[in-house]
Amino acid sequence: MARGTAAGPRAVLAYLIRRLFAAAVMLVVIILVVFGIFFLVPRWAGVDPATMFVGKQADPAAIEAVRQKLGLADPIFVQVWEFFKGLFAGRTYAAGGDVTECAAPCFGYSFRNEQAIWPVLTDRFPVTLALALGAAVLWLIFGVAAGVLSALKRGSLWDRGAMVIALGGVSLPIYFTGLLSLAIFSYGLGWLDAQYVPIEESFTGWLGGMILPWITLAFLYAAMYARITRATMLEVLGEDYIRTARAKGLREPVVIGKHAMRSTMTPILTMLGMDLGALIGGAILTETTFSLPGLGAAVLKAISDKDLPVILGVTLITSLAVIVANLLVDLLYAVIDPRVRLS
Amino acid sequence: MTTQRTTGRRKQAAAAAAVVAALLSTAACGGGNDDDGGSKSGAAGFNAANNKVAQASLAKKGGELKFAGAQDADSWDTTRGYYGFAWNFMRYYSRTLVTGKAEPGAKGAEVTPDLATSTAKISDDGKTYTYTLRDGVTWEDGKPITSKDVKYGIERVWAQDVLSGGPVYLKDVLDPKGEYPGPYKDKSADKLGLKAIETPDDKTIVFKLPAANSDFEDILGLASAAPVRQDKDTKSKYGLKPFSSGPYKFQSYTPNKKLVLVRNENWKQSSDPIRKAYPDKISLTLFTNANDMDQRLINGDYDLDIGQTGLSPQGRTTALKQHKGNLDNPVSGYIRYAVFPQSVKPFDNIHCRKAVIYGADHESLQTARGGPVAGGDIGTNMLPPSVPGSEGQKYDPYESATTNKNGNAAKAKEELKACGQPNGFKTTIAVRNNKPVEVATAESLQASLKKVGIDVEIDQFDGAQTTGIIGSPENVKKKNYGIIIMGWGPDFPTVQGYGLPLWSGKYILESGNNNFALIKDKTIDGLFDDYVTELDEAKKTEISTEINHKVMEGGYYLPFVFEKFINWRSNRLANVYTTDNYSGQYDFVNLGLKK
Amino acid sequence: MTELSKSGAAMTEPVDTASPAPSAFLEVRDLKVHFPTDDGLVKSVDGLSFTLEKGKTLGIVGESGSGKSVTSLGIMGLHTAGQYGKRKAQISGEIWLDGTELLSADPDHVRKLRGREMAMIFQDPLSALHPYYTIGQQIVEAYRIHHKVDKKVARRRAIEMLDRVGIPQPDKRVDGYPHEFSGGMRQRAMIAMSLVNNPELLIADEPTTALDVTVQAQILDLIRDLQKEFGSAVIIITHDLGVVAELSDDILVMYGGRCIERGPAEKVFYEPRHPYTWGLLGSMPRLDREQTERLIPVKGSPPSLINIPSGCAFNPRCPYADVPKDNVTRTVRPELTEVGSQHWAACHMTHEQRERIWTEEIAPKL
Repeated sequence: MARGTAAGPRAVLAYLIRRLFAAAVMLVVIILVVFGIFFLVPRWAGVDPATMFVGKQADPAAIEAVRQKLGLADPIFVQVWEFFKGLFAGRTYAAGGDVTECAAPCFGYSFRNEQAIWPVLTDRFPVTLALALGAAVLWLIFGVAAGVLSALKRGSLWDRGAMVIALGGVSLPIYFTGLLSLAIFSYGLGWLDAQYVPIEESFTGWLGGMILPWITLAFLYAAMYARITRATMLEVLGEDYIRTARAKGLREPVVIGKHAMRSTMTPILTMLGMDLGALIGGAILTETTFSLPGLGAAVLKAISDKDLPVILGVTLITSLAVIVANLLVDLLYAVIDPRVRLS
Repeated sequence: MTTQRTTGRRKQAAAAAAVVAALLSTAACGGGNDDDGGSKSGAAGFNAANNKVAQASLAKKGGELKFAGAQDADSWDTTRGYYGFAWNFMRYYSRTLVTGKAEPGAKGAEVTPDLATSTAKISDDGKTYTYTLRDGVTWEDGKPITSKDVKYGIERVWAQDVLSGGPVYLKDVLDPKGEYPGPYKDKSADKLGLKAIETPDDKTIVFKLPAANSDFEDILGLASAAPVRQDKDTKSKYGLKPFSSGPYKFQSYTPNKKLVLVRNENWKQSSDPIRKAYPDKISLTLFTNANDMDQRLINGDYDLDIGQTGLSPQGRTTALKQHKGNLDNPVSGYIRYAVFPQSVKPFDNIHCRKAVIYGADHESLQTARGGPVAGGDIGTNMLPPSVPGSEGQKYDPYESATTNKNGNAAKAKEELKACGQPNGFKTTIAVRNNKPVEVATAESLQASLKKVGIDVEIDQFDGAQTTGIIGSPENVKKKNYGIIIMGWGPDFPTVQGYGLPLWSGKYILESGNNNFALIKDKTIDGLFDDYVTELDEAKKTEISTEINHKVMEGGYYLPFVFEKFINWRSNRLANVYTTDNYSGQYDFVNLGLKK
Repeated sequence: MTELSKSGAAMTEPVDTASPAPSAFLEVRDLKVHFPTDDGLVKSVDGLSFTLEKGKTLGIVGESGSGKSVTSLGIMGLHTAGQYGKRKAQISGEIWLDGTELLSADPDHVRKLRGREMAMIFQDPLSALHPYYTIGQQIVEAYRIHHKVDKKVARRRAIEMLDRVGIPQPDKRVDGYPHEFSGGMRQRAMIAMSLVNNPELLIADEPTTALDVTVQAQILDLIRDLQKEFGSAVIIITHDLGVVAELSDDILVMYGGRCIERGPAEKVFYEPRHPYTWGLLGSMPRLDREQTERLIPVKGSPPSLINIPSGCAFNPRCPYADVPKDNVTRTVRPELTEVGSQHWAACHMTHEQRERIWTEEIAPKL
């Protein structure tokens, strides 16, 4: 009668290896697609990719040099191969007597800022990560709490008020709430400096600078999470096993906090994984509004500068973040929900 | 104002201009003439630093001068930078043989010796320039700066394949045929193969020009003529950490984030007649949100905007209301205008061009630009006030700022008749889509031209593709762009530094063209030829004026405004003044802090 | 079908609510459970009374919507626990369990009785068990709410209970999740969980409905055996008379939120005195007959609980509605009247009319 027991460590490992392999394949596909967009499409459109890489009012000599450096005259598969090789073995760009080393992992080189992309990404990644994680903690706490309360007090004034605020939070754009919070708390009341300070310079300064961005970003997501939590909680409260829990004589807080929350958190964690993955790709509006030097601000700047290698690098990092987040969510899901088989 | 259709944007522009004008008229400001005017700890007063020095004696040694910016420099490499504020800022860490005087206004544009002991000894034919270097000029590691370092720095301009982006005047003047391959491809052992420059000893440098150019010293004053030491040349990456010859050196730099300069202990005040080097530290913090930056300037978190292109409309309103004494309203050196490509019919006919000039409502165009304060005075000719030879509004051939400031329909119709288009004609205005103010001027022009029977359609093109779209005369003709809206400022404040690419027949290019009117006038070309061989300053000024007149008489341009900005200066700043050398920007190099 | 001769459940008439604590183990008096909705008041249970002694089994039979499950949840106090939102169930009447009146008692006291004094088995064990916890965890939790023991002791108890309900390899299966069990095994586990605290009262709400026919009998046998062993009072709720016939001492038939017939099992089964009960018997498949013979289902659909038909609630579906005179079935609600020893039914037809119809028309067809 037994239909197998919970997944053992070996099953988990096998599953992990399978998923990692799939993730790697996915990444390769994404690289090929992105590569195609940046190198092939311009060529079909009759635009010389080299001019796009130089970025500014280009001297013909400079364009020729970039063409040489990037090997744009080579067959496309050679270029792709060079790019992949660069990821693992590093790359050397040489032209006109100028040699530029790009150490592995070489995600390309910005000829606009004369910088390898990878250090730029690693420099900016922690800012975005801190923004996303800090905001996630806030929105999880407040969003889920508000959603649970709304579900338990369904139809009450609290429920209606919370849901109206949540609707506002979902509909108001970041640049509006962001500028509003800046105008009130930073310029107006002067409570917070709201200016980014690297954490290694001053922890309190860093904290002070991150609070408004966290709150602004968390407000948007807390609203979304409150709505989802409320709906899920209401559904779960109607489940038979909640009635069973009560029939056992469990206290109501345990029924809600343990039995109902366990089921409610499953879709929320799934969402969290996706949202974090996407945010790590760049919370462009939040970072721009608060002048945070994160990936989002970098990619926006790169877009306005037509600094293609940076755009390409951030695109790849974003894809990577989303894939990793997906993988984590799936693994987490298997931990939370024993019905999910790792197969 | 008539009851003609007025678009929302123009209404907004008019309203904004009215607000600015009202704010200005209410606040009185005294003490502007006093060197130490305004409060000693507070603001110096409105326009206190505009073409004059504000609070010079309050500047103290020490402190951190804080720049804020919404955009990083294109490059901090002296060879590669082209932004005006970057050239201004480069004086902190790079010196040139000659440079602009550290004085306010027009004086700032006059050439004065820096690394050299004096300005050039120029041969009679105007083709040989000789300089001697000062004693005690050193690099940041204490080694002396030699004539060879200067030559090497200049040679880098030839390496356009690696070091693209900067101005190429030096290359055009010293090696017009492009014979020298640049230092990185130089076969000679010392990499100093450029024949036009000789370095007989470490102190002497001789420039041998193939043809005379009377602006050569101005060109040598550009940052791209700064010395670079060969063993410190990191080629394309030099801009990340240039090796300093000035009073400050790079401590740290992350592009688009932050730049910090600290004192160069090996720089000697005695060797430098220009730089006062007041602050101990100079920082530049870059923002992604321009409004946020303006707010922080007003809050006093930063001292000034490195971009020097004026506050954003939002910050401008707040600042004018509450902190007027912190503002200056300098002329930017830019002229905003419409230009008529002669390849597009009927603009091949001068009378049709003049019809547009007479038909335009100049005051309405000024309002669209932001009004007299935030926009600038009505432009009456094509030579910026900062350029020697300019007569400002005194030269007003079409009476644009006086009789005809709201347009002269009768004259316009007369010109149309003379042009053979008595009932008007149809044409297209090309305008950059990323410049709302320019779009507003296009709409203003469209409205006023309609009254004289000229029917125009507005084509907003991708502003990021400016060079490719309107820089190609073939494309302009194909798209029927009879009117192009643009703006232009001088690289260096002479008629050559401003007008040569715009008005010389030799500068009509198939791509990257800036002579949008396609002016091919032998008289103008001849005047430029005279100018570059004329060494007498007074005569140079005369020729500049004449070139301007010839351009205006041709009716190629409809100037909108002599542009003005509203720039912010913090309460902490002392020894502040604007300089024509950098188009009305504050002279960064001698800014000091009060405490 | 032993012990059917000795009726254990004493049936009494509705009594005044102010009356003192009864001697019976469980006594329900005039229970009403009403739910306010947008469409009106849903009278799910509308005046129900019965008693039950320890060691005895009561079967409550009726269609879905007759109020039988609402009754069981009402006894457990699950209409008031965890009811969020504005509209609460309106409950009145009295429920006496072992000398305590539950409806007026402190809710926390009732909570403590749940699981210990009274336990419940639900219809669908798959949805009634929490999918994210192992069977063991859920039984351990049920035990430790009411017993201050450490987890190891509780786990041993859980394994013991699983063994008792006939789950093979209980020491292994204790760590399995509900989805890893078959339907029958899941219900066994559910039963183990409900009996883990030796409750005095066990309510089984349609315990076999979701199961295969073959498994149904096993589960019913298990419940009967365990009842003997534990000596609990049991209420079995079902729509299937066949299920209760085998297990129950007494049977209570519900229709439209009220009791329409009740009595000792063999009486209700062999001498039913309400046309609805006849219908239930007629629609009951029997193993001792061929399926091709007619089933006589009750025609029509259950009554609306918001607008219960006037008169006898069953009259729109009753083939004999016109037998009593003066249209009385459609105007006067029939009261429960004694039709035999401890046997009550609510019908306007005379005793003789019903006996004649039963013996002449109904019984031969069954």
